[in-house]
Amino acid sequence: MYTGTLSLSDVEVGKHFYWYLSEKLSLHGQVLIVSWFVLLLILSFSILGTQKIEKIPQGWQNFMELVVEFIEDIAKNQLGPTAYKPWIPFIGTLFLFIFGSNWAGALIPWKIIQLPVCELAAPTNDNNTTVALSLLVSLTYFYAGIKKKGLGYFKRYLQPTPVLLPINILEDFTKPLSLSFRLFGNILADELTVSVLTMLVPLIIPLPIMILGVFASSIQALIFSTLAAAYIAEAIE
Amino acid sequence: MDAIISAASVVSAGLAVGLASIGPGIGQGNAAGQAVEGIARQPEAENKIRGTLLLSLAFMEALTIYGLVVALSLLFANPFTG
Repeated sequence: MYTGTLSLSDVEVGKHFYWYLSEKLSLHGQVLIVSWFVLLLILSFSILGTQKIEKIPQGWQNFMELVVEFIEDIAKNQLGPTAYKPWIPFIGTLFLFIFGSNWAGALIPWKIIQLPVCELAAPTNDNNTTVALSLLVSLTYFYAGIKKKGLGYFKRYLQPTPVLLPINILEDFTKPLSLSFRLFGNILADELTVSVLTMLVPLIIPLPIMILGVFASSIQALIFSTLAAAYIAEAIE
Repeated sequence: MDAIISAASVVSAGLAVGLASIGPGIGQGNAAGQAVEGIARQPEAENKIRGTLLLSLAFMEALTIYGLVVALSLLFANPFTG
């Protein structure tokens, strides 16, 4: 692995700040630290927004209502105006967590805090986080389908013709795979391009890529939550 | 690390990203061109077209990203070096 001459810009992929729970069980500490930070941030935003609820919203309440309406729109566009209500919390949680962690990785100068092994970055640049999120999506659309139709949900595997059964089963595996790799790859690719460019030219040149990264990571959060909503809609239609 | 394995890994990492970016490049160009045409014909639908375009661009980008994931795993987490 290449190690830069400047300590300002190392490419640190595949190094982790391990926490050992026991002999065999270890955690990626740097991911957990930043995701707890993001959770704390989202929690404090929502507490601030619901502190003094008024009829005519002002300040934080106004902002949080805007956020909630945006999330409602995502759910309503995919699930339709009748069925979207119960899924707003799930889709909103996905959107806010991914958005928060992508932007926390892009905007906060984590390099100030020194870790012994690697550096703090967006939690979504670790494959474990994104696989966990997309498996949650899989579980949720199975739950949604079975709750709506009972065991009749599994009839859709034979839907156009029974010949397509293997492909329909395969689809249940490719959905979380593509969902997780899309998010993980985009965030990691963004951080890698920025760090490689910073290694070559430390000043000014990486800035446009950073701005593009901030934009792309917000789009990725939107895509992930839209796709989650679309999968749920497919299961309950 | 075996010299041949590392050389092959580096070459194939480059090929993975390079080949994976051809198709999505053409597709994104097509999509963006059609979107511009749509906006020129119907400027009042610009917001809706932009939203759909961004979403579909991100889908196409995902294909390149798969190639990138393969390349990254060859470079940083190579399974063949033991």
